[in-house]
Amino acid sequence: MEPASVRKHSLLSMIARNGGHGEHSPYFDGWKAYDRNPFHPTQNPDGVIQMGLAENQLSFDLIEEWIKNNPTASICTPDGVGKFKDVAIFQDYHGLPEFRQAIAKFMGRVRRGKVTFDPDRIVMSGGATGASETLIFCLADPGDAFLVPSPYYPAFDRDLRWRTGVRLIPFACDSTNNFQVTLAQMESAYAKAIEANINVKGVILTNPSNPLGINLSKETLTSLLSFTFEKNLHMVCDEIYSATVFKSPAFTSIAEVMQETECNPDLVHIIYSLSKDMGLPGFRVGIIYSYNDQVVNCARKMSSFGLVSSQSQHLLASMLSDEVFIEKFLEENSRRLGKRHSRVVEGLKQEGINCLEGNAGLFLWMDLRHLLKEPTPDAEMELWRVIIKDVKLNVSPGSSFHCPEPGFFRVCFANMDDHTVEVALQRIREFVSRGNKNGDDKKHWRKRDLRLSFTSRKCDESLISPRQIMSPHSPVPQSPLVRART
Amino acid sequence: MSYVSSNRKPLLSRKATNDGHAEKSPYFDGWKAYDKDPFHPTQNPSGVIQMGLAEHQLCFDLVQEWLVSNPEASICTKKGVDKFRDIALFQDYHGLPAFRNAVAKFMGRVRGDKVKFDPDRIVMSGGATGAHEMITFCLADPGDAFLVPTPYYAGFDRDLCWRTEARLLPVVCHSSNNFKVTRKALEEAYAKAVEANISVKGLLLTNPSNPLGTILDRDTLREAMSFINEKNIHLICDEIYAATVFRQPDFISIAEIIEEDQEYNRNLVHIIYSLSKDMGFPGFRVGIVYSYNDAVVECGRKMSSFGLVSSQTQYLIASMLSDDQFIGKFLLESAGRLATRHTDFTDGLRQAGIKCLNGNAGLFLWMDLRGLLMDSTVEAEMALWQVIINDVKLNVSPGSSFHCSEPGWFRVCIANMNEETTKVALERIREFVLRNGNKPNRKEKCWQSDLRLRLSFRRMDEVLRSPCIMSPHSPIPQSPLVRTRT
Repeated sequence: MEPASVRKHSLLSMIARNGGHGEHSPYFDGWKAYDRNPFHPTQNPDGVIQMGLAENQLSFDLIEEWIKNNPTASICTPDGVGKFKDVAIFQDYHGLPEFRQAIAKFMGRVRRGKVTFDPDRIVMSGGATGASETLIFCLADPGDAFLVPSPYYPAFDRDLRWRTGVRLIPFACDSTNNFQVTLAQMESAYAKAIEANINVKGVILTNPSNPLGINLSKETLTSLLSFTFEKNLHMVCDEIYSATVFKSPAFTSIAEVMQETECNPDLVHIIYSLSKDMGLPGFRVGIIYSYNDQVVNCARKMSSFGLVSSQSQHLLASMLSDEVFIEKFLEENSRRLGKRHSRVVEGLKQEGINCLEGNAGLFLWMDLRHLLKEPTPDAEMELWRVIIKDVKLNVSPGSSFHCPEPGFFRVCFANMDDHTVEVALQRIREFVSRGNKNGDDKKHWRKRDLRLSFTSRKCDESLISPRQIMSPHSPVPQSPLVRART
Repeated sequence: MSYVSSNRKPLLSRKATNDGHAEKSPYFDGWKAYDKDPFHPTQNPSGVIQMGLAEHQLCFDLVQEWLVSNPEASICTKKGVDKFRDIALFQDYHGLPAFRNAVAKFMGRVRGDKVKFDPDRIVMSGGATGAHEMITFCLADPGDAFLVPTPYYAGFDRDLCWRTEARLLPVVCHSSNNFKVTRKALEEAYAKAVEANISVKGLLLTNPSNPLGTILDRDTLREAMSFINEKNIHLICDEIYAATVFRQPDFISIAEIIEEDQEYNRNLVHIIYSLSKDMGFPGFRVGIVYSYNDAVVECGRKMSSFGLVSSQTQYLIASMLSDDQFIGKFLLESAGRLATRHTDFTDGLRQAGIKCLNGNAGLFLWMDLRGLLMDSTVEAEMALWQVIINDVKLNVSPGSSFHCSEPGWFRVCIANMNEETTKVALERIREFVLRNGNKPNRKEKCWQSDLRLRLSFRRMDEVLRSPCIMSPHSPIPQSPLVRTRT
């Protein structure tokens, strides 16, 4: 706690000074290495390959084709410019009705028609980032807490806590049962929190899971929903990866479970976005879908702080209402993700590297425990530095996802082309075989001259300049139009 | 709908259940009248004319012409679609460099190139709405206060105070000196705050002023700078109407003042900007925070994740604003058309015996109807307002909704309609004044008229609670593509 004198004379707010933005997490560190030396197939074939960014780049050709065939979807084409004025002045926080309708329909399609969504419950926000924060502002006061299974998406620490003052209480899932979330774990975490006199307002589930790449089963969701109903807790489900499911088991949304289980709809809320399912993170399409009328009302007023650009609403309303296109897109997108996933899993397996058996997401949860010097977070960090520096792959260490078991890494695979995948696998192959040749694998890492230091102090220094630092969302400080993408 | 959980703790946050959204202000009430009965030249010629929305609709022809001639500015045209992917993926919170460069250049142009802006200080936000909230989160802790001269934009109560829990303290300005912001008034307001043990973090100026439509003169700006430097508090200058200055005297930005004296502490100065008013693009949600304080730029940029500008829109705007020739023509033409519209109205009102504050900027007039008030009270102003909406069928905004200390002033928006509608509005005013001008007991007659629309605040509360309520930003719950605009 700062002394009153410091607070009084400080030019900036406590929020601005407290580091709650979370950028000191190693989740963001690796990008620096990438940014200094980014891979390019011809211009920089020895550069670092970016495997720390959960982007879906596999289906742009489909979208581009659709755009060419649908000029009225844009307010800038000769066919569409007649709508420019009406769209440019439209700032109603309800959103364009056709946008809300298209999103609601799309969400239903992704859930294979098992549920329908009410367009009047669709509330916009500044990406999933804005959606998460706004929802918490509606549900909780400073000091209140949400339970969250770990490992979890690192930026939740910022999105859910920074400006809201709300706490996150992680409860650990582990490899003994393939990181499944269990009711017993949640109950235990809840009981501990209550005992510590913490006001628990709800739980946050990410389904499909980031970083694990798996769905929650219907049974699990049902038991968790019942638990929250019993304890009168909010159930917040982040379903932004729902259309990235590429293999069975099929995705079960909380919306489906609600239909079959006793619950209080006023406690159930879904966070959605088009950043992962459609691969459009730049358009900042975040959605809050709440079954609580008051939350819809409040969140809608708050959405003024981060509405979706009407230009993008207009485009997406058109795209998502094209049922034929969407049907084809969802199917093809799934297929390509599945294929890419298989290739990478297979490639890793050949080198004796296992992954958690996943069926969704844009990443793998890779098990490198056998390569750790010892099962500690420090050993994991050391291995990670080696992977970045020697293998030249930017993957994300499990500790940055608050995984309590050292040795797991999230590896993104959908943000590159086939050639780059092969290069990455080749590098892993070489690395493993080098390791085997040297005999004592584990000692080997210690001897490496680690010129690239990742101490957090160094990171702070580099983070101070507004000019240099890259966004945690993208390692590219320059316009992508300047640099060719891999 | 249950607001309280079974264990008696509230289900939702305090922010979700307080009135911090500020929608109970009469600023928003009038839209309901418009929405029930909107004017249309042929379909509903006796409907309510919307004069409560500060939109700039006078130059869309120029923009549309430019769009058709510049297909590469869009990622959806044949010429631009090859950029679609890179742009759709771009979510870096630094923003597209081309966008930042273009906005910085545009801001300089608007200020007659008397100052230059550094693209690296350009931080995005969700419209000016998001910008105000964001800067407040960076500068103030809950309970801290900002001084703000009255009358001021009604949305500030929400933007600066709702989720941030900061406070606004009015600096009362009077018509006796044309609502000038005096050093004396600033000192008084500050002293009052100190006495009440309130921590003042800064001063918020809107220049050009909403709702006055005037600009701050050089002396006032210098006094403000001297004041904040002396007290070591921040100065936030909302300059979103900078390019709506249509007549002498020229606009003077705080960016100019800051260069006049090396002793000024630049770390205290921040500019809020947007393209919603100057370009007429409120739907695109282009908000900008420009700070001279590196730590604020740094922090603000991280916070901008909650409300980035859609990359699709960044790309379009980057292209448009870098077209020097087009921008030169646009700014000139825009000022000319605003001047003409302003004169049409002020002349027309003068003929009806109604005076306005002498303004040279903005998208509105500050109309003086003190002479029509029964007595100099807020109640009388509200009664007159109800008559204007109900009988004259014009939705104007009462001064009290801008926290004006003197009853009888109304803000009348003039740039959101075509010439035909302008004529109709003026005709209605003329008729109203004629009807009531020469009769004895003129004032009594007005107030005894049967008010079909009873706008009691309690009913407004009920109405506003429904999730169906229109946005305060736009009265149109339907898509503008469905309804023809006036």
